[in-house]
Amino acid sequence: MKSKSRTSARSAGQPTIKTGAQIIVDMLIEQGVDTMFGYTGGVVLPLFDRLFDAPIHFVVPRHEQGGCHMADAYARASGKVGVVVTTSGPGACNLVTGLATAMMDSVPVVALTGQVRTELIGNDAFQEADTTGITRPITKYNCIVKDVKDMARTIREAFYIASTGRPGPVLIDIPVDVAVAKYSTGGSVEMELPGYRVRTKGHTKQISTAAEAINESKQPVLYVGGGVIIANASEELRALAEKAHLPVTMTLLGLGSYDQRKPESLDMLGMHGAAYANYAVQECDLLIAVGARFDDRVTGKIETFAPNAKVIHIDIDPSSISKNVHVDIPVVGDAKDILGELVKDVEYRERKRWFNKIAEWKKKFAFRYDRKSSTVKPQYVVEELCRQTESKAIITTGVGQNQMWAAQFYRFTRPRQLISSGGLGTMGYGLPAAIGAQVARPDATVIDIDGDHSFNMTMTELATAVEHNLPINVCILNNGYMGMVRQWQELFYNKRYSKSYLSNPDYAVVAQAMGAVGITVDKKADVPKAIKKMLAEKKPCVVDFRIEREENVWPMVPAGKSIDEMSGLDILERLI
Amino acid sequence: MKHIISALVENKPGVLAHVAGMFAARAFNIDSLVVGRTEDPALSRMTIVVIGDDRVVEQVRKQLAKVVPVVKVQDFVGQPVVARDLMLIAISAPPEKRPELMSLIEMFRGKVVDIGQKSLMVEVCGPESKIEAFINACKPYGIKSVARTGTIAMSRQAKTEP
Ligand SMILES: Cc1ncc(C[n+]2csc(CCOP(=O)(O)OP(=O)(O)O)c2C)c(N)n1
Ligand SMILES: [Mg+2]
Repeated sequence: MKSKSRTSARSAGQPTIKTGAQIIVDMLIEQGVDTMFGYTGGVVLPLFDRLFDAPIHFVVPRHEQGGCHMADAYARASGKVGVVVTTSGPGACNLVTGLATAMMDSVPVVALTGQVRTELIGNDAFQEADTTGITRPITKYNCIVKDVKDMARTIREAFYIASTGRPGPVLIDIPVDVAVAKYSTGGSVEMELPGYRVRTKGHTKQISTAAEAINESKQPVLYVGGGVIIANASEELRALAEKAHLPVTMTLLGLGSYDQRKPESLDMLGMHGAAYANYAVQECDLLIAVGARFDDRVTGKIETFAPNAKVIHIDIDPSSISKNVHVDIPVVGDAKDILGELVKDVEYRERKRWFNKIAEWKKKFAFRYDRKSSTVKPQYVVEELCRQTESKAIITTGVGQNQMWAAQFYRFTRPRQLISSGGLGTMGYGLPAAIGAQVARPDATVIDIDGDHSFNMTMTELATAVEHNLPINVCILNNGYMGMVRQWQELFYNKRYSKSYLSNPDYAVVAQAMGAVGITVDKKADVPKAIKKMLAEKKPCVVDFRIEREENVWPMVPAGKSIDEMSGLDILERLI
Repeated sequence: MKHIISALVENKPGVLAHVAGMFAARAFNIDSLVVGRTEDPALSRMTIVVIGDDRVVEQVRKQLAKVVPVVKVQDFVGQPVVARDLMLIAISAPPEKRPELMSLIEMFRGKVVDIGQKSLMVEVCGPESKIEAFINACKPYGIKSVARTGTIAMSRQAKTEP
C-alpha cells in the first residue's frame, strides 16, 4: 500500500522532497524488488539508512563477490532481476568477478555502487576507484549519476536494460553527495534511451524459411542454449521438438530447457558433452541453434564444426549471428515468440534412419563410469543425488570436473534447475549461487555440487547461509586436486601436476564451526545414507565426499580438435 | 579493407569510453575515430575508420549498435560519400625552397597558416588519399610535424535525388 501511494503521488505530479537515497529505495520498490544483496561502507551509509526500514529482505554476504553471485543466482532461479549494492573502491572492485560472470551468462543484475563525493572524483580520494571504468567491459551498461534529478530515471532505465533484450548486468555508480542531495520529485521519470531498442518479433519470412528447412531436413538437430531458459521458451521448445520430431542437444547453460528423460534428448554437447550429441551435430544436415552462441567449448575446431549442416540461428542478439559460424537462416528476436510461430509451420517427419543411428550412438557411448569400483566415484554421488531428489533439485556447481559430472550425471527436467557459471567458468560460484537460489526459491531443494578448490574460494559464505537459516546442501566432490587442471596435466603435460594440489581443511569441521552440519563420506557404502541425512537436514549441510582422486571426465574433445574427435570413448565402451 | 562507419551517439559523458572500450575489448582495429557535435545538441556523430574483412566489419557494426548510448550506425561502404580529413603540417622551408613549395601547396589547394623562419605551417583538407599524397610530396623538404583530424564523412544526396 505504502509503495502504491508513493507511485501515484509521483504520477500525479505532486512534488515531495526526497533525498537521492530515498529515491533509490522508492524506485527499487517500484521495480518490484523485495530481496537484495549487499555490503555496507562509508559512502553508502545514506542508502543503507533508507534500507533500514524498507520492505526489502536484505542478505549481507561475507564478501561482495559472494553477494554478486547471490544476486546473479537469485535472478537465474527466479527470472527476476538480482540486485546487489556495495560501497565504493574496495566494495565495488570486489564485484568484478561477479559482474563478469553475470555478463558472460546474460544474467539480469543491477549493481548499485557508492562513489566518493562528486568534487573528489579523480583526486585519488579515500576508497575511490574508477568503478564505471573498471566495469565497463563486464556490464551491459553502466553510468554514474551526477545529478539527483536523474536518479529515478536512471534506476528505472537500469532495470529495463538489465532485463530486456539479451539480459545482462547494469551498474549504477552513485556519489555520496548525490545520495544525500534533496530533490523535489514529481517531475517526469520517463526513460530516455534513444539508442536502446529491443527486437522481439521474429521476421515472418525468415521463420517460414526456417520451417521449410526443418520440414525438408532428413537429419536435423536442435542445439539449444541458455537463451531458451532466459526467454522462458521451454514449453515452445518442447512443442517444436515433439511436433517436428527433432533430436535436442543442449549447452551447459541450456540444460533444463528440455526434459532429459525424453527420448529426443541428446543431453549436453561440446568438449565434455555426450559423444552421441557431438556425432549428431557433426552428421546433421540442419542445425537449429536457439539462444546459443557457438562458444568454443561447444564447437571445438570451428572450421570442421557441423560440416554438412545448413544453419538456422534464432537469437535475440544480432551480434551473435554469424559471429563464429556462418548462419544460413538467421532469425533475430525473442525465442519464445519465434519458436511459438515456428511450431505452427512445421510438420511431423519420422526420420527413422536418423533416430536409429542416434539410438545406436546413445547405446554405445552413454556416459559411464566404473560402478564396480570400491572407491567413491564422483559420478555415483551425482547419480545418487539425482535419484534421491527425483531429478527435482536445483543444482549449482563449482567449476572443473565437478561441474562436468553434475552436467553429465544429473538429469535435468525443467528450466532454471541448473545454475552454473558457464561462460566465465568462475570457481567459487557454487556456494553463493546456492544461497541466492535458495533465497529465491525457499521451498526448493538446492544442492551445490562443488569442487574442493572451488569451494575453498568462497566458503566464507557458509556463515551467510547459517545466518539466514537457508537449508542449502553442499556436496564437495573432494579429490584433493584442482581436478580439471590435473586432468589436463595428466593428458597433455606428462603428469607433471604443477601447482594443482593444495592441502584442504576438514570440511565437516569447518562446517560445524560455522554453525552448519558437516558430514564426511569416505566409503562408497555410506553415500546413500549421507545424502539422505543431508536432504533431511533443515540447516545448511556440507558433505565432504572423499572421491577417487584421479578420476577423469570422459569423453573429452582435446583443444583444437573437432568435436567428433573425442578421447575416452574406448574407456566408455569398455565399461558397457 | 577500410570501412568508414558513422555512428550517431547520445551526447553524454562516458559515451566515448563505451565505444572506444568496446573496440579495444573486441580487438577491432581502428584507423581513426572522430567525435563532433551535430545539428542536434542531444547527439554527437562518431566517424570511425576500421580495417577488416566483411565479417569483422559486420561485427563492428553490430557491436556498435549494441552499445546502449549508440543511436544509429551506418557503414558507408559501397555508397557514394564525401569523406574529408583535415591536416596541419609543418614543413622545413628555407627561403630558397619556398617558391617551389608554394606551387606545391597551391596544387593541393593548401593554405599557409603560419610562417616561421625555417618552416611553414600548411592546412590541407581533402580525402585521405590527397592528404597522403601531400605528405609524400613534402617528404623531400623535411616534415617537422603533422596533426590530422581523421576522416569525417557523409553520404551524397545525389544518389537519392532523381
Ligand atoms: C576463479 C578461477 N580461477 C582459476 C580457474 C581455472 N580452473 C578451472 S578448473 C580449476 C580446478 C578446479 O578445482 P576444483 O574446484 O577442486 O574442481 P575439480 O576439477 O577438482 O572438480 C581451475 C584452477 C577458474 N576456472 N576460476
Ligand atoms: Mg578438486
